[in-house]
This record gives sequence, C-alpha cells and structure tokens, in this order.
Amino acid sequence: MTDALLAGELPLPPRPDYLRHGSTISSWLATTDHKRIAILYAITITFFFFLGGAAITAVRLELFQPNGWLLTSDTYNKLFSFHGIIMVWFFLVPSIPNTFGNFLLPLMIGAPDVAFPRLNLFSWYLTVAAGAFTVYALVAGGVDTGWTFYTPYSSMFSNTHVFAAAAGVFVVGFASIATGVNFIATTHMLRAPGMTWFRLPLFVWAIYATSLIMVLATPVLAISLLLVIAERVLGLPIFDPARGGDPILFQHLFWFYSHPAVYIMVLPAMGVVSEIIPCFARRRIFGYDFMVYAMLAIAGVGFFVWGHHMFVSGQSALASLVFSFLSFIIAVPSAIKVFNWTASLYRGQISFESPMLYALGFVGLFTTGGLSGLFLASIPVDIHVTDTYFVVAHFHYIMVGGSVSAFFAGLHFWWPKVTGKLYPESWAKFAAILMYAGFNMTFLPQFFAGYLGMPRRYHTYPAEFQIYNVMSSAGAAVLAIAYLLPLGYLTWSLFYGGNAAKNPWGATGLEWTTGSPPPPKNFDRQPRVDRGPYDYHAEGMSAGTDPPEMQNARETR
Amino acid sequence: MNSLFRLPEASTHAVTVDHIFYLLLVLSGATVVLVFGLILLFAVRYRRGSAAKRGPMPEILSREFEIGWTVATLLTFAFLFWWASSADLSSLAAPTGALEIHVVAKQWMWKTQHSNGAREINALHVPLEKPVHLLMSSQDVIHSFFVPAFRVKKDVLPGRDTDLWFQASKTGTFPLLCAEYCGTNHSVMQGKIVVMRQDDYAKWLVQQPEGDDLAHEGAKLFVSQGCSGCHAGSSNVHAPRLAGLYGRAVQLADGRTVSANDAYIRDSILQPKRDVVAGFEPIMPSFKGLLDDGEIQSLTAYIRSLREEQQND
Repeated sequence: MTDALLAGELPLPPRPDYLRHGSTISSWLATTDHKRIAILYAITITFFFFLGGAAITAVRLELFQPNGWLLTSDTYNKLFSFHGIIMVWFFLVPSIPNTFGNFLLPLMIGAPDVAFPRLNLFSWYLTVAAGAFTVYALVAGGVDTGWTFYTPYSSMFSNTHVFAAAAGVFVVGFASIATGVNFIATTHMLRAPGMTWFRLPLFVWAIYATSLIMVLATPVLAISLLLVIAERVLGLPIFDPARGGDPILFQHLFWFYSHPAVYIMVLPAMGVVSEIIPCFARRRIFGYDFMVYAMLAIAGVGFFVWGHHMFVSGQSALASLVFSFLSFIIAVPSAIKVFNWTASLYRGQISFESPMLYALGFVGLFTTGGLSGLFLASIPVDIHVTDTYFVVAHFHYIMVGGSVSAFFAGLHFWWPKVTGKLYPESWAKFAAILMYAGFNMTFLPQFFAGYLGMPRRYHTYPAEFQIYNVMSSAGAAVLAIAYLLPLGYLTWSLFYGGNAAKNPWGATGLEWTTGSPPPPKNFDRQPRVDRGPYDYHAEGMSAGTDPPEMQNARETR
Repeated sequence: MNSLFRLPEASTHAVTVDHIFYLLLVLSGATVVLVFGLILLFAVRYRRGSAAKRGPMPEILSREFEIGWTVATLLTFAFLFWWASSADLSSLAAPTGALEIHVVAKQWMWKTQHSNGAREINALHVPLEKPVHLLMSSQDVIHSFFVPAFRVKKDVLPGRDTDLWFQASKTGTFPLLCAEYCGTNHSVMQGKIVVMRQDDYAKWLVQQPEGDDLAHEGAKLFVSQGCSGCHAGSSNVHAPRLAGLYGRAVQLADGRTVSANDAYIRDSILQPKRDVVAGFEPIMPSFKGLLDDGEIQSLTAYIRSLREEQQND
C-alpha cells in the first residue's frame, strides 16, 4: 500500500506530464509553465548556437591561409562580429539560466512555477524579437563592429547595420532583466517549507547570484547601446571627440556590463557542476557555505574589475593598479571553487557517466582558463597580450570550455528529467571526451599565437602564425563534430530512447522526487524539506554505496 | 622572423615582461599539475567500488583547512599583484631626454614624424639603446600601436594624445601592428620598426628629405592661423603669453589649477571656453575643424619649444 492509501486517501488518477498536457501549438506558444518555456528557450538558443557556429566555421576556414583566400575583409569582419553578438547574447547569457534555470529553479525549491509566469513567457518573446532584429542585421548586410561596438567606430565610421544589431542586443537585455527579476522573486518567495537559504542547492544559489548581476548590470548595457544609437541616428555628440565627446566613455560603460556578463555566463555553469560532481562522487560538496560565499563574492567584486579591459586605453595608472588588484582578488573565490570541487572527489565512490565527464571537463578547462586570467590581471603582461589571440583563447576557455561544457553536462544530467527519455550512454561519453580534446586542440594553440603577437580580429596575418591557425582550425573541426553528435543522439533518444525513472542517477534534490517528466505543477503534494542538499552520506563520513536520503516530497503527518 | 615558440626580446621592457610571464607560467603549470593530478588520483583511487579506505573523514579536512587554502591563495595573488605591478611602475613615465617621435594613426596606416621633421609611413626608424618616447594621436577611430618584440602596446585615440616609450636593445626589423579593431583593413594596418645603431640612425636621419621640424612648422602655423595676432608679446589683445607656459601650473578662472601639458594645449586650441585662464576674457575662437591632428602636434611642439627658449634665457 502506498503512503496515500495508508493516510486514508484515494489514489490520484494518473495525470499527463507537462509534455503531454496539451499538444496544440498555442498550448506551447501561450504556455506559462516554466518547464515548457524552458523548452522554448532551449530550441531558440540551439538555433542561435548553430547559427553562431556556422559564422565561426567560415572564419576558421578562412584562417587556414594567411592571405585571405576565401572571404573579403568586410565579410570576414561581419562574420566574427555576428559570431560574437549571437554567441554572447543569444546563446551564452541565456543558455543555462533560461533553460535549466527556468526548468529547475521551481523544481529545486519545491515550487509549482516561477513567481511571474507570464513575465517569463514575455521574456521569451522578447528574446525571439531581439533575435529577429539581429538576424535581420545579418541578412540585410551584416554588422562589422565586433561584439564590443567600440566607439567612435560604431557610432560614426561603420556604415553597416549597427542600428539593427544594437537594437537586438538592447531588447534581449530586457529579456535578461525580466528573467533575473523573476528568478530573484521566485527564490525569495516560493521556497518550500523547510527550504532555508542554506539548504538551497548550489545551482539555485548560482542562478540567484546570476540574476542579481543581470538585474544590476544589464541596464548599463542598454544605456551604452542607446547612446551609440543616439549618436549614430540623432547625431548627438556623446563619443565624438571633435564635438567634446569621449570615445573611452563607451568602453567604461560597456565593460561595466560586459565584465559582470562573464560571470552571468560562468556562475550558472559553476552551479551545474556543483550538482553533478557530488552526485557521481556520492559525496557531500566540500565546503558548501564557502561555495555560496564564493559565488556571492564573484557576483559582487565582478562589478569592480571592468578596467582590466582597458589597461592600454590610456586610463590613469592609478586606475589600472586598482583594477589589477581587484582582478587578482576576484580570482580567489574562483580558485576556492576549483579546490572544493577537487576535494569533493576525495573518498568518493566515483562513477564516470557522461554528465560527470562533461563536469570534469569543465573543471579542467575552467582551471586552465582561470589561470590564464592571472596573466591578464598582471598589467605588464596584459599590455603585451591584450587584443591578441591570447585573450581570445582565455575567454573561450572560460565561456566556451567552461560554460558550454557545463551546459552539456547539465543537458546530459537532466535530459531524463526534462524529456523522460534515456540517451545512448556510450555515444554521450564519446562526445564528452571528443569535446574536451577538440576544445584544447582549437584554443591551446591560440595562447601561443597570442603571446607571439598575433592580434585578434585579423583577416590576414603574418605567415609565421599559420601553423597555429591551421592547428586551431583543425581542432575546430573536431569540436564541431563533438557539438553535432549530441544533436543527433539526443534527438534520437526522443523517439527511440528508453523511458527514464524518477531518479536515474540516484541524486538528491527535490527535482528527482517528482516524475520524469514532471507533472504540469511539478509536485502532486507540497514538498517539505528537512535536510540540506547533497545528503549522500552522513555528516563527517566518506561516500557510501547506499542510495542517498531523499527529501520528503510528501506531506509529513 | 620568429622561431616557433620564442618572440625576440628587443627592448629593455621585454625582458621584464617575460620574467613575469615565465613566473606566472611556472606557477600556473604547478597549479595545473596539482589540480589535474589530484583529480586523476581521486578518480582512480576512489572509483566506484574500489577497495580504497573510506570511513569517517579525517579531522584535518575541517573548516580551518578551507580557511587555510583561501588565505594562502589570497596571499599568493596579492604577492603576484605586487610583483607584477611594481615591475611596471618604472615603465609608466618616459625618462627625461628621451627621443620624441610623433605618431599619427588613421584608417589604415601609421604616419610617424621625427624631431627634425623627417616623416615615414608604416615605418619607424629608431636608434638602439636610447629611450624613445612616442606621442600618438588618431585622425579617426581608435587604433592601437603594438610592437610584439618590445612587449609594448598603447591605444591611439582620436581627440586625445596617448604616449608610449621603449628602449630598443636589439638591432633589426620588427613588426608594428594595429591591435585595436579599426574597420575593413584593420589586419593590413601594419608597419615595421627598424632599430639601428645610434650612428647609423644619425646618418639615416640626415639623409631623409628635409622637412621642417615640428616646432618650426608650428611657428609658421602660429602666424598663418592668426594665433600670433593675440598671443604674441606685441599684441594689443589681452591674451595669455605662451612663453614658458609649457609644464607650468595654470590658474583658471573657475578656481581650478591645471598643468599645461599636451592635452591642455590641445583642449585650449579646440575648446578654448573650457579652461579659461584666470584674469582673461573667454574671447578666443575655437580652431576645431581648422587644424588637423598633425598641425595641432606641430603647434604644441612650438609652444613646448618656447619653454626651452625661456629656460635658455
């Protein structure tokens, strides 16, 4: 007899899960279910991911030869600009928060939905509208300012479709802000009884910290793009030095958003990995509270390091020193997190399913990328390598090696929960290993090219750098295969995969206590929380092989 | 030009930068070995079902342990900051007596002008083992003057001077690159830096077609543009005298005090109402649009030379 019968209740009739709850087009396009909205986002960002990927494929092909054998300079400049704009604002920023964040945040805190479900749907429509602007900019002829829109080039000199592209980014910023507000309100208001702040899974903390940055930083991006448009379209003198403006002002405004934006991209990734490593090591996360404080510290200090993008811009030496110091300081919480993930493996019972392989890949690539960040925080070294391929390699290690690996880790970890289906595990393992190898093949050579002085955004380049570019382009081909593989086998699993159980990994966390896929309102009964996260073993013990203690997803009587 | 893994260290500054770079490389390598090593070790030793000891966690893995490595990381990074930054301090200001060369960047070329007026395009000849101070400005968008072999880079801005100095320590030809994306032909905005022995440089310099040197060119402009109508000593108009101005502190009408440097002189020519000298009426017209960057540099050089004459008196 089930608990329900023991309690003298009639068993609930079987109800369709959220995927089968309605199958009309409007049941999707007008849904306010956070899980369906997450699916809408997933489809959207997958589209943009491959669009941005296509642009960079052409770029990498072009760079096989030093002399521009395939594209004109203008086309080349438009392609890397489009790649950057799409990947940053239409893939990386929304990737984990708007898919997994949307799907999991209410499930993890035991809520039926986010705080503002209709605002949530509105954010998705904003994202789509913004994407339409940006794709229009491409179709109409492209934009060639780079994703950074530096003035006065963007405001006075470029004759490409800056307005459409900037408008796209401006609008998608509001989607970001709305999502951030929604997640903050959800975390504050909708936690299940007993779900105290320090019982929150680290993924929830990560999404919460990310949302704070989104809400506080994104308006500054909106302002800076609005000023570019004002100068470009209305002729207002803002950045034009001949009329008393200051082109450097734009860089301050832009990086005030865009440096914290790096943490918008990487904090959720840290959250994902902090869920996966304990699960497959069967260990409590090492130093839970330090992990929380580290994320909040990153979110806070992240607002005060933007000037390290501007060491060569002519800013005062004093400003450079302060920004350099703070940039070293912000590396501390990141280092702590790496140590804690590593320590969480100690005395574990570690298994290596595909999510764990992706997660360990994240730790490796994030560590490499983070260490290269120390070079960029040191003023004399930064002066030499800034605006070279060293920087390109550095931020790809963090934003692609880190965030995209974690995105795939999360995708494989929660895929059974989201779709109710199991994917072919050996293909997934193969893709994970291939992705790690392909990534390093692509971006490791760029550290060398950058140190030797190859500037970024170069259509043609001195022949001595060809060897590095050929290595990089060859690696990119491997990486492209690694990205396409999951598209194949995950799609396959939707139709032919076996059905997933409630909790296929034996993980803790409220999302695993409900069905796979979950019902429309997530839980049949209000969950109650009586223990902290990652309760894989008793406090002070090592990992065991017993199934973990689960949260009580039924009302206790 | 370059070997596969080595970039020539062709300036005194390059050696300093490489020292920091190598220390960071060693430190990063050690961290990578530590982290990857531990992950591999744990992955093998604590794989599921292995016979390795589990049981109660050792006492040492406590809160203090965590605080310990946090503090250790913090101190390491603070040391790195101090070490890297203090190495850079000496490179902030050009030493006195450095050879001054003017650089004007535009889409998509580098124009350089030596102190005697000799001009070059996409090239710059400099003497060995003598500090060279570049005063740079852009005529359009932001560019960046990048000489990998010297480990120096500085953005070149429209409407504002930036500067850069280096002391070459090897003869030879080294690439000059634009490192800030500046439009269509950004990647061909390249030039060469030719480092010559000092006597060769002197010979090379006299062989160049004689341009007026900057200060003389500036003196001509000073008359032809009508500056002398007010600023010459003999003028009836109440305007500040410029002899001895350069480098001096200037009292402004609104109570501020500014130093009369290149930026101040440029601003005073282009936006004369901004920093009005105390005791004078704001009657000077703006020369915005009438003078290009090269001409402003010449005028600035002329005003600077007035300081030197003053000191010689």
